[in-house]
Amino acid sequence: MTSITDAPPAVRRTAPFGLLGYVVLAAVVVYYAATHPFDGYITNILMQAATYSVAVMGLTVVLGLCGQINLAQAAFFGLGAYAVGLGTVDYGLNFWLCVGLGLVLVVAAGAFLGTSTLRLGGHYLAMVTISFQQIVTLVMVNWIPMTHGPDGVSRIPRPGLFTSAQGYLAFCVTVLAVVGYMVWRLPASPLGRAMRAVRDNELAASVAGIDVQRTKVTAFAICASLGGLGGALFAGGFAYVSPDQFSFAESIVFLTMVLLGGVASPIGAVVGTGLLILIPEWLRFLKSVPGLYLAIYGLAVILIVLFMPDGIWGWFSQWTRRFGRAAVAAVPADAAALELRGSVGHNNEVLRVEGLAKHFGGLKAVDGVSFTVKRGSVHALIGPNGSGKTTTLNVLSGIYTPTAGKMVLDGTDVSNLPPHRRTIAGLGRTFQNIRLFRSMTAVENVIIGAEHPGNPVGKAHHALDARARAALAFVGLGDRADEMVTSFSYGHQRLIEIARALAGNPTLLLLDEPAAGLNSTEKVELTGLLKRIAAKGLTILIIDHDMTLVSDVAEHITVLNFGRRIADGDPVSVLNHPDVVTAYLGSEPDAPH
Amino acid sequence: MDLVLQLLFTGIGIGSVYALVALGFVLIFRATNVVNFAQGEFSMVAAFLMVIFAVDLEWPYWLSFLLALAGMALYGVIFNLGVYYPLRHRTYLPVIISTIGASILVANTMLALYGPQPQVLSPVFETPGFNVGPVYLDSQYLLIIVVTMVLVAFQYWFFEHTLLGKKLQATSQDKEMASLLGIPVATMIMITFVYSAVLGGLAGILVAPILFVSIQMGGTIALKAFAATIIGGFGDVAGAIIGGLALGVIETFGAAYISVPYKDGFAFLVLVLFLVFRPQGLFGERVAEKA
Repeated sequence: MTSITDAPPAVRRTAPFGLLGYVVLAAVVVYYAATHPFDGYITNILMQAATYSVAVMGLTVVLGLCGQINLAQAAFFGLGAYAVGLGTVDYGLNFWLCVGLGLVLVVAAGAFLGTSTLRLGGHYLAMVTISFQQIVTLVMVNWIPMTHGPDGVSRIPRPGLFTSAQGYLAFCVTVLAVVGYMVWRLPASPLGRAMRAVRDNELAASVAGIDVQRTKVTAFAICASLGGLGGALFAGGFAYVSPDQFSFAESIVFLTMVLLGGVASPIGAVVGTGLLILIPEWLRFLKSVPGLYLAIYGLAVILIVLFMPDGIWGWFSQWTRRFGRAAVAAVPADAAALELRGSVGHNNEVLRVEGLAKHFGGLKAVDGVSFTVKRGSVHALIGPNGSGKTTTLNVLSGIYTPTAGKMVLDGTDVSNLPPHRRTIAGLGRTFQNIRLFRSMTAVENVIIGAEHPGNPVGKAHHALDARARAALAFVGLGDRADEMVTSFSYGHQRLIEIARALAGNPTLLLLDEPAAGLNSTEKVELTGLLKRIAAKGLTILIIDHDMTLVSDVAEHITVLNFGRRIADGDPVSVLNHPDVVTAYLGSEPDAPH
Repeated sequence: MDLVLQLLFTGIGIGSVYALVALGFVLIFRATNVVNFAQGEFSMVAAFLMVIFAVDLEWPYWLSFLLALAGMALYGVIFNLGVYYPLRHRTYLPVIISTIGASILVANTMLALYGPQPQVLSPVFETPGFNVGPVYLDSQYLLIIVVTMVLVAFQYWFFEHTLLGKKLQATSQDKEMASLLGIPVATMIMITFVYSAVLGGLAGILVAPILFVSIQMGGTIALKAFAATIIGGFGDVAGAIIGGLALGVIETFGAAYISVPYKDGFAFLVLVLFLVFRPQGLFGERVAEKA
């Protein structure tokens, strides 16, 4: 019964039915596939649909879940198919061994492509996957001694257990059912949540402690491996493979399948694949004019993107949800239960910044700033517009690499760590322009903040869930934990961001203009919240323009102007410092200097 | 040495075509933040228009040429309205997918209309070429190089010294600010698509007598032009031109000294090498997302 507590609310309601129902349904389908007397033509169509569906589910993961594009799924499919074809026919290897070798090959290729390209963003990935597709096709056609060239490989045997077409079909359907189950459950797992976070907002994901690059490469490798697996099954099913079955056009067919069915669910993958295999069979006459068939595919892609962005299954499930959605009463959480890292530590300094500099070309946005944040204090970093405050914060959280200088967080030098490693080291932050994961509920957002190594809460889902709910209760939103973040007001979204940072159990909380855009009531609430956080002993470094807020909560103020520190000390003396007054109000024209 | 010079000439010639298409890529990317995956089809459609006008209908070359360019301007308008504009408020992913759909649609419509047989377009000049010292200068290649140089000069003048050019630049740098200043952003984007389509079309017409007019020509050219923009530094105009020329030369030498069947693979190899070792390209500067 652990699945009930392990799943987030949306899945929780369906999980008991889900697991049992899924197994029963899958067993019925497999039994039907194994025993129903199909004629050869139907068996072939079903075999194609089953093997293609496995590959299309790879796209569900990479495109639907992680938001990355892959235009070479046919190449991965082909690599898997050729591994089985060439391995069994030319080298006399065991079928299963060949499937394994094919998977190793595609995962290696997928990981290499991903590692070299994914950090650069979507456009590069699209082009590089097209390039990879072209290279694979070129090699298949031209490396004749190895691949048999355009003739392809024929008489590929099936494994001993499943030599009959029907038996093999049942096997493929079983594999599809297992893959489908895993893809279905993936979004609610830590990896799946990380992928969704990356898709929604990369920057926020990295600051929440997610290794963005590794998550994307993993998603890409999963996609490639499902492509390879589908291809390996395909080779056994059809006994013949040739380069034109795995061309760029086929990659587009795979893409169309996942878009048509819907990228959000493995059911969409099966629906899209089934339709795009059946429809062309019904419309065989289209194939008599070369090009017409693919032209219609191209048009379909544009029309789906324009008018049905969630695909058939996405549209259908939205429609059913409108009637079926029951209000979920949130489990009341105890705000007092939120434990924060208090003022106990090795020494008195939580953060030491030494000679920090960040230059953009000739612009010295931050130019040799040093300050120290004392454990358990509320420290404010202020300065006029353009003084380098947000740049400092971005360098501190690892989004920018510093030109020079050193940052020591709780005794650890974090100067050269990427954002997610700094979060693991004990940093939490919010953003000036709110960066939440917009496709998720409030509690899911906060769970992602809690879910990173170094958080004493641990990895168990119920512990993370409890922590997230406690954090939301702490900021005053406990009873709305299961609502989508997009349904919250601007001010409340800011509180969710603070809850997300708190859930991660930081040693130091960085707040980037938390009062920006709030009305006066919300500002009062925010001041109260900051005081309650400080009362728990958590150290806060805050940037803001609101002097009332700053002088109300801060015990120590550092003032920047033109990228340099101009004052540092307690609020009263700093705010009366002549340089600070000049920086904010300008100097009096007549004043003698 | 003679061979080297000869290959250099050919490489710069073919590289000029990549440079023109790459320029179109960069202009659209700067105006819309989207890579147009149907860029290559601009070249293919223009080449087919030339085949229709000059070969099928036997109209004079100059008239066909002007009509083909006019056709491309119209194509740019339709393309913008049908493929980009309705998606302008969505993320880049739907737009990429939509341009890929357009690329497949257009290429295969041509296939349905003309069949797989490549069409032949005769060169502009009757004299095939002449010798300068040891190097044989093919007149079509020479024409490509000259036209590219003229266009690059024109574009520089246009963007730096005309009001429309400045408005286009403003739009590409900050759409919101540009519209606040009263620049009609939608019109500017439309102009960008039209110009980019004409530019790509010109490249297609120029290269058609060398490559044959086939439905594959668009995809091949687009991929190489994209590789060129990465070599030069993504989004950089000068980088696109130099990247295009460099790629043409690399490819020609690769085909001559290493392997002909894998000629099209060199571009991708160079692309991956750049992505791994110098993703910002030769001239580009890496820009981090603003927090």
